[in-house]
Amino acid sequence: MSSSAVSDSRPLLSVRDLRTHFDVGGHAVKAVDGVSFDVYEGKTLGIVGESGCGKTVLSRSIMGITTASNASTSGSVNYAGTELVGKSKRALRAFWGEEMAMVFQDPMTSLNPVVRIGRQLTEHLRAHKKLSKSEANELAVQLLTWVRIPEPKERLSNFPHQMSGGMRQRVCIAIALACSPKLLFADEPTTALDVTVQHQILNLLAQQQQERQMGMVLVTHDLGVVATRTDDIAVMYAGKIVEKASTSALFSRMRHPYTQSLFWSIPKTSEPKHTRLSAIVGRPPNLAALPSGCSFADRCPYVQPICREVEPKLQTIDSHSFACHLPVGSTEAEAALSANISAGLPQSEGAAARREAQQGSLT
Amino acid sequence: MAGSGTAHLRNGDDIVIRVEDLTVEFPAKGGNSVHAVSGISFDVRRGETLGLVGESGCGKSTTGRALLQLPAPTGGSVQLDGEELTHLSRSEMTARRTDIQMIFQDPISSLNPRRTIGKIVAEPLDVWGPTASDEQWVLVASILDAVGIDPESAKYKRPHEYSGGQCQRISIARALVMEPKVIICDEPVSALDVSVQAQILNMLEDLKAKYGLTLVFIAHDLAVVKNISDRVAVMYLGKMCEISDSDDLYATPAHPYTQLLMDSHPEPDPEAIIDETVVLGGEIPSPIFPPSGCRFRTRCEFADERCANEEPKMVKISDDHYVACHHPLTEVGK
Repeated sequence: MSSSAVSDSRPLLSVRDLRTHFDVGGHAVKAVDGVSFDVYEGKTLGIVGESGCGKTVLSRSIMGITTASNASTSGSVNYAGTELVGKSKRALRAFWGEEMAMVFQDPMTSLNPVVRIGRQLTEHLRAHKKLSKSEANELAVQLLTWVRIPEPKERLSNFPHQMSGGMRQRVCIAIALACSPKLLFADEPTTALDVTVQHQILNLLAQQQQERQMGMVLVTHDLGVVATRTDDIAVMYAGKIVEKASTSALFSRMRHPYTQSLFWSIPKTSEPKHTRLSAIVGRPPNLAALPSGCSFADRCPYVQPICREVEPKLQTIDSHSFACHLPVGSTEAEAALSANISAGLPQSEGAAARREAQQGSLT
Repeated sequence: MAGSGTAHLRNGDDIVIRVEDLTVEFPAKGGNSVHAVSGISFDVRRGETLGLVGESGCGKSTTGRALLQLPAPTGGSVQLDGEELTHLSRSEMTARRTDIQMIFQDPISSLNPRRTIGKIVAEPLDVWGPTASDEQWVLVASILDAVGIDPESAKYKRPHEYSGGQCQRISIARALVMEPKVIICDEPVSALDVSVQAQILNMLEDLKAKYGLTLVFIAHDLAVVKNISDRVAVMYLGKMCEISDSDDLYATPAHPYTQLLMDSHPEPDPEAIIDETVVLGGEIPSPIFPPSGCRFRTRCEFADERCANEEPKMVKISDDHYVACHHPLTEVGK
């Protein structure tokens, strides 16, 4: 989405300073730590990050389905004018399914193995819409047709184990779409699937989202999946959004060193074989004991003393937000990188090799 | 294949692994059998990395395990340095196993959680020697150091104290301690985050150079396979579709299945052109009753009667690029 096209419409979902902390042995594990974003009707927001960055807890916190008793959520989740944080499970139930729904990663375990597909598709419909059994069955056939399952009538009496992974994920999508939600969360919907099936499922999600003008949040670890499937992207690291922009702006000009490092560490089919990858050194920080300053500092090729002292705030320039003292592309960042390379800082090795290669290809 | 044929096999003294007409079948209900691998052939040169790529159920892991005779293949030949492995007795094979080691997909479950890292990496030495613990430790420490694990702190730690990426490093150390000629890597990075994946891929390249290793690299991710492999073989439903130098394969895929894989692969590039119309594709047919002729024909847009009746054989497209297809996407025999 271009930002101009939406400036006059109100967001469907508005998240402000959302925090979900888990109390573990007296320490707060800050899985989501001050996250803000908007989702608009008919638009897709991609949330990208590695394991443990809080992306799954984030979507669950918005839906209000964090079940752990040691979790506490604060901040604001405004869905079409209604504040959801602090609402009881009972009150949220009116929103689940009809307003917002979720597709989970693992189609093997998110269906009940001992209940036939037909009943799993319609049990929530019968609860929400008070349908009779035959009406529900008709609707179930309709749902399976939407997600392009061949021979839908025959499939109703199948058990999940009789279907392939891709078919099961289609059933999960059908269940999510059943009550015509306005907002769909897809949490790694294709991670467990083969690449050709992934392609089909992503197309299916995009088609349904366009037809219904749903807002969609696509959570994934794969920059390749979000590149062509989203209007905006938010990159998460250690519980925070570190960069957020329209998809085209993000890929044409990455401002946060983490986004850039993540992109560089991915092998690409467009590069020749044996291309040296720029790995990110070290590991993500412990969410229970985050360092002061920037959480990415220990792994950042551009790191300077200020990064370890002052936590960078998310700043926005031309609707491109990033939380960094030395944004990529700035003269300060270039100087910092040069200084780190000549000091032989291990985390700048990848960047140094890349810079050398670039200069080599220029001369 | 997806066909058969051996036109793509090479000759020379530097061939470490030579597989011909490898067949692996498992018994299934009703006296049928699962045709996991059906007559594939390939070879790997010393110091080369061969990538095996394909979707789940294509037989790539079974192929990797069949090289180790785990289980022994139903038919065909597996030669290591000219020695036929399929004829060896159990004890003879045990003696050869040090030459071929394997690393697995899930690094955490492939390490015994109750043993220390020092013991885990030294365990192969208990069988093969040296058995004296101080001699073992010298070896183990140097290997752990080479894979980027601090030996002193690892000696008494257990797998749960390490992250997934570190456990994969430890698995690699355990394979390396035998000084193998060949390492079979079965999806070694697919359980890891991309930043860690890059560390492991770079490390495998370094270790390969340092220890003169030959790798068979099994994975489903096209970009990962291209990055690490010299040659890539594409598999589908127990057959080999195409084998080629990896740069050449990705530049000019000749088999319709290779093309389908590449079109489906999500590149991190917003300008990439994606076919948004595909919402339903053929499912992979049952390996118990695979299609006649070319096994890919049920999903192939070019399939005709010939594909149903006659199994395509490997033909040469260009130097070191072979395809098994009646309707290849590039001209044959350039």
